[in-house]
Amino acid sequence: MTERPDLKQALGRLLGPAEPEVGCDECFEQLDRYVELELAGADADAAIPGLRAHLVGCSACREEHESLRALVGGEQAL
Amino acid sequence: MSVATVGGAQVDSTTSRSEARPLDPESREWLRGLRSEGREHDEAVERLHALLLRAARYECARRRPSLPHLRGNDLDDIANQAADDALVSILARLDNFRGASRFTTWAYKFALLEAAVKLRRRAWQGREVPLEPETWGLFSSAGIEPDQSAEQSELLDTLQGAIAEVLSPHQRRVLVALALNGVPIDVLAERLNTTRGALYKTLHDARRKLRSHLEEQGLSLETLEETK
Repeated sequence: MTERPDLKQALGRLLGPAEPEVGCDECFEQLDRYVELELAGADADAAIPGLRAHLVGCSACREEHESLRALVGGEQAL
Repeated sequence: MSVATVGGAQVDSTTSRSEARPLDPESREWLRGLRSEGREHDEAVERLHALLLRAARYECARRRPSLPHLRGNDLDDIANQAADDALVSILARLDNFRGASRFTTWAYKFALLEAAVKLRRRAWQGREVPLEPETWGLFSSAGIEPDQSAEQSELLDTLQGAIAEVLSPHQRRVLVALALNGVPIDVLAERLNTTRGALYKTLHDARRKLRSHLEEQGLSLETLEETK
């Protein structure tokens, strides 16, 4: 099958992640712990099941995860 | 025990729920200052606001390239409003902080959320939110066309039919706006007078229905995942 990035992305947005996921409220509640586990090199996905899948499915929560990780990671690097 | 639920998919977060644990010294100091009275309290609140403003400005700076119509003063106003709103949220929720992360990481997420929501809404201010496609030429109106593959054509035809026939009107409206028309979820939540969490649950349920329908039609979801 021909690789079509736009079609792949469109199907991803339409169908979402296949795996079980937490909702937006649970994601927000756990996000700070998840980011610190990630930055510490721990297995954040095992510690907080369903959060990674939610970040795949929800672009708003994904953007906020990226920002928090960049902000805290940048401070730690100083 | 707590169970986070989105539609039919459940994630048992019994083991993931952050439990109370001893606070690190810096976090303990933050809580002590914010729970004190008089001048010590006021100084702690001032320090917290400065921390939140830094995070809100960080978010505004990250998003600035995608918001060319906003001037520096607009962005700084948004950052200040976000810091103010985050401060109110945090002071009302101090007892919810259990030390699962450092206090500053916990506080940052409130400022980043407030700033991100305000920026998404500002970017769509005055714009019509497309809730329904004008025709059921759904995918082509969103710039999605199959290539020569019969498999992709069949998939898109089946998906388009499922969106029209399997989803409820509300599910269809939410899916089309969020997944096809690119409306930010916070913008749609404001227009429909609901919350991000409630809208995402609707989106999740719609996606599950589409997946089930495709499976019933004999379309291999494994092939789908590879296509994705």
